[in-house]
Amino acid sequence: MVMRRIYLDNNATTPLHPVVKEEMIKAMDVFGNPSSLHQFGRAAKIMVKEAREAVASFIGCSPEEIIFTGSGSEANNTVLFILACPSQQCNCSSETIKYKRIITSTIEHPCILETVKCLSDRGIEISYLNVDNYGKIKMEELEQQLKKGPALISIMTANNEIGTIQDIKKIARLAHQYSSLIHTDAVQAVGKIPIDVNDLEVDFLTLSAHKIYGPKGIGALYVRKGTPFCPLIRGGHQESGRRAGTENTLGIVGFGKAAEIRKTEMPSDYQRLLLLREKLRKGLKNKIEHVYFNGHPEDCLPNTLNVSFPGAEGEAILLYLDLAGIAVSTGSACASGSLDPSHVLLAIGIPVEYAHGSIRISMGRDTTEEDVDYMIEVLPGIIKRIRSMSTVEAGEGQNE
Amino acid sequence: MNNKVEWVYSEKLKEHFMNPRNILQNEETYQEDGKGIVGNIKCGDQMMVVIKVDKNKGVITDCKWKTYGCASAIASTSILSEMVIGMTLEDAYHISPKDIAQQLGGLPEHKVHCSVLGDKALRAAINDYYRRNGMEDKIKKEEAHIVCQCMNVSDREIEEAVLDGARTYIELQERTKVGTVCGQCKEEVLDLLVKYKKEHFGD
Repeated sequence: MVMRRIYLDNNATTPLHPVVKEEMIKAMDVFGNPSSLHQFGRAAKIMVKEAREAVASFIGCSPEEIIFTGSGSEANNTVLFILACPSQQCNCSSETIKYKRIITSTIEHPCILETVKCLSDRGIEISYLNVDNYGKIKMEELEQQLKKGPALISIMTANNEIGTIQDIKKIARLAHQYSSLIHTDAVQAVGKIPIDVNDLEVDFLTLSAHKIYGPKGIGALYVRKGTPFCPLIRGGHQESGRRAGTENTLGIVGFGKAAEIRKTEMPSDYQRLLLLREKLRKGLKNKIEHVYFNGHPEDCLPNTLNVSFPGAEGEAILLYLDLAGIAVSTGSACASGSLDPSHVLLAIGIPVEYAHGSIRISMGRDTTEEDVDYMIEVLPGIIKRIRSMSTVEAGEGQNE
Repeated sequence: MNNKVEWVYSEKLKEHFMNPRNILQNEETYQEDGKGIVGNIKCGDQMMVVIKVDKNKGVITDCKWKTYGCASAIASTSILSEMVIGMTLEDAYHISPKDIAQQLGGLPEHKVHCSVLGDKALRAAINDYYRRNGMEDKIKKEEAHIVCQCMNVSDREIEEAVLDGARTYIELQERTKVGTVCGQCKEEVLDLLVKYKKEHFGD
């Protein structure tokens, strides 16, 4: 019997779109260095140019405002390090930023949280905004912080674990009202919900190809024209001197194609995934006792469902699902090797023991109704089985 | 999928995870001679071990369990229950986390603490048996002794920290605050660090 293989971990990464793959295979023959003046270089340069236009058009900016990076994490690091320009000899515009302050939230991705921790050792003041039980940042806290003086704000558009979407436009307006800069890590949001930098009014925005059915190892940073900047990687004129290093031409071509396709596929995908997600939610709720859904009930990515099963530990759930052919992820500590469960789940006030028993189901363009039906069929048995050998009663502790 | 893709843990662990043995089904009616519960669900794992004992021979005749935890924790308790049935109390008392990990065909480093709870729960059950039968003299105190007088840190806590991933003196200090005041205990702590690393991870 062929085991079913159902991929419900699209927030971790997505499969390469077949058309993107084709385009990349074609691009493999174009080996020139885009910086070379001869015909080989020019052929590669055109490819990069067209891809840049596609990515820019996808998020509503002009091509010069896009910097290709090695990943979303690199783009995020780049933005934060603008405040910590290491040298007086650096020929950058970061000196026009007079403040040394970053405001971020407690539920950001580790590539933000770890980086600001390092920066706090370099004389940069870091303030963390708390979130409510749905994962929304508290606007009054943000305003309070901004009243202390301008800052670089970095808030993710949508959370990778619980899917909660922030009011970035509101945050951006407040930021600008207080002469601050606003960066948003939109890696999870781009491709799942409409993102337009002019509508959001942000100064910086991070996106990544492998979350939108493009290749891994290629990200991008949007930098609004005229915004102070300092490169993280120096020593080359590539990306207009803002990111040195010979271009990842294959990755860039894949990114461009992925963006172009996503632009047309997203609207119908959005509706379809929303319906499937709600079917899944209902199905699990009806068939499993004591289930708790985490994240915002409405302002949430359409593909993401984060759910806690008290009495069952997350890694065990994940691995029993794996044995049944279904791939998900978990916020449990055990899976990560640390002793602490997901910082996001703890930040939204979920009891530690619920956080240990949580899984994230993230659907994608390949997810079918049959997949969801299979999940609804398989998961209740797994939870029942784990609970039957558990020392912890599911109903213990918190009431519904 | 590429058949080079192996499962995340050993085949033996997988097998016990898929078919756990000796789960305690009828908790209310099970007449155990000793019971031990260790761990805390806040830390992500908790284990309960119950045993029946042939009092004349001092041999464990049955062992059942319940575990809240990950795949390694579930498989550890399952295999432990198989190991101890037929064993003398004395021998069972000395089962170490390493023995359990070995039976499972090895555990990744960050999973070793899962098997530690198993032998602790078993010892707790045996101690409970001794207590119920007026054999308190047999209960071996978990020989914790204070290494760092200033911060009141015991060798047990250092062992736990090593199991949880501390590999250097600084990491031990971060986790336990050991030696952060007068620093007199540094040498002993370093010795313990080497000892526990060797004991649990063979390095």
